[in-house]
Amino acid sequence: MASTTTLEFEKPIVELESKIEEMKALADTLDIQPQIDDLERQIEILRSEIYRNLTRWQRVQIARHPDRPYTLDYITHCFTDFIELHGDRAYRDDPAIVAGLATLNGRHVMVVGHQKGRDTKSNLYRNFGMPNPEGYRKAYRLFETAEKFGLPVICLLDTPGAFPGLEAEERGQAEAIARNLKLMSQLKTPIVIVVIGEGASGGALGIGIGNRVLMLENAWYSVIAPESCSSILWRSWDYKEQAAEALRLGATDLIKVKVIDRIVPEPVGGAHRDPVAMFQTMVETLTEELDALCKLSGETLVKERRAKFYDMGVWTEA
Amino acid sequence: MAWFLRKNRNITTEQQLREMPDGLWTKCPECATIIYRKELEENAYTCPKCDSHFRIGSSKYVDVLIDHGTWVETDRQVRSADPLEFIDTRPYKARLKEAYSRTDLPDAVTTGTGAVHGVPIAFGCMNFGFIGGSMGSVVGEKFVRAGRRALDQKMPFVFISASGGARMQEAALSLMQMAKTSAFLSELGEAGLPYISILTDPTTGGVSASYAMLGDVIIAEPKALIGFAGPRVIEQTIRRKLPEGFQRSEFLLEHGFVDLVTHRKELKKQIATLLTHLMSGKS
Ligand SMILES: [Zn+2]
Repeated sequence: MASTTTLEFEKPIVELESKIEEMKALADTLDIQPQIDDLERQIEILRSEIYRNLTRWQRVQIARHPDRPYTLDYITHCFTDFIELHGDRAYRDDPAIVAGLATLNGRHVMVVGHQKGRDTKSNLYRNFGMPNPEGYRKAYRLFETAEKFGLPVICLLDTPGAFPGLEAEERGQAEAIARNLKLMSQLKTPIVIVVIGEGASGGALGIGIGNRVLMLENAWYSVIAPESCSSILWRSWDYKEQAAEALRLGATDLIKVKVIDRIVPEPVGGAHRDPVAMFQTMVETLTEELDALCKLSGETLVKERRAKFYDMGVWTEA
Repeated sequence: MAWFLRKNRNITTEQQLREMPDGLWTKCPECATIIYRKELEENAYTCPKCDSHFRIGSSKYVDVLIDHGTWVETDRQVRSADPLEFIDTRPYKARLKEAYSRTDLPDAVTTGTGAVHGVPIAFGCMNFGFIGGSMGSVVGEKFVRAGRRALDQKMPFVFISASGGARMQEAALSLMQMAKTSAFLSELGEAGLPYISILTDPTTGGVSASYAMLGDVIIAEPKALIGFAGPRVIEQTIRRKLPEGFQRSEFLLEHGFVDLVTHRKELKKQIATLLTHLMSGKS
């Protein structure tokens, strides 16, 4: 798939790919098929080497890739009959969080997710995927709607953080997030969370309490973004790579400490390299998770969800 | 800063000689009034002249709020581990070690049981002096254990927050303490037991966006800094100075996010009265 942005570590692959394209154009007149085959084998090896050994910071870059599928892309390609529902019924509609009713493989669900923009204009409209309190309150009222009508909830997490603005504080950003954490801990309906891109801090967690917490292979999830961590702990913006390593913010790190339950594999090179395959995986994965959860009673769902979060943390007792 | 706030024992000997010898007096950092120790205690560690509320840790809050002789500390043995082997400019283990020796505290929270004007409660109080009152696994676990004691013994739960936010050195695990504590409060709420949250200077970040803001009643001490994002981050975002009093207790009261702003001297009596009201349905 043609990409608008090439990350530094992707360059050797992209160079070989364009070379193959050139050779293919000549293949009609010259007998160079063996050479093309050879190059393609080389690419495969290079690819698997590069992507097997990605640093945490490189994964952060994939998670932020401008071509990466966002919440509305998953909604469009994985769900049917989507009807977006707007507004928190109190102040305004927050475009940084989208939510609505949809069907997944024949099952009716409530889907909620952070939404980034793809260009300057849409990013201004979506506030770069950074919600204000009314975004969390829209989610809150729709979680209640899901509960009322017995609809499973699917939340897709992808935000650089809750918006740190003056009005956001005035309207109670902290309270809005806190109330969601509590409500999501008491819903009797199944909740599945998927971190699809960036899972930054309380802004991500604000729609992130579920029976199952899944994470795409190249997504990141932590208490703070690596740049901000660098600026606070190293007192400089220059240590983002080290901060990303120290924070252990990758999917394979988080499954070890039981912050997430399952890693969803991405196509080689990241979700943006083959979105169709990614959407297919997402449908299959979500269906499987919901099939299992929908067999459980409401009481069991609440009890297990709480138990899972009670279990989080590591400490010692002498 | 007043001498009793200064947990750092590395301060110069000269200063110690001037301020510490018998701890007889201190100077208010706001209005420079000289306050004698006895007067300070009688005023619940606030300035008798300008009402400035000094930052105090859990042991002084126990003195201020809990009936004499009723306090029993719990779970002191729960200590921070270093699950991620976190190293920034210094290893997390070294920071912890220093915090223990400097403060004599078990972590950024102290928990226990006691009585407030005869009403038994489960109680927790954060220690801002311990790594900025940051919330890691220990804070989350002790919060839940203290709350569970309230649940088991059908007592109210009172918790005092003072925190700069989540503990970065525990990364995603500290973030998850927001989820853990809030999940527990949903359980406590279903049991119909009161949870009173008291916000002191400062209550920001992950603590504000979880248990601090989930009280059945939320009380703030005067002029405490309370918010999700820190003022510096907001100023960087909006590229202008924040107005006077922004994110202070009185600002939150005005905007509807706290029930009361209460002088520390009145806190004990007010908590007792509130609990009497809220527990009146239980016999
Ligand atoms: Zn004073």
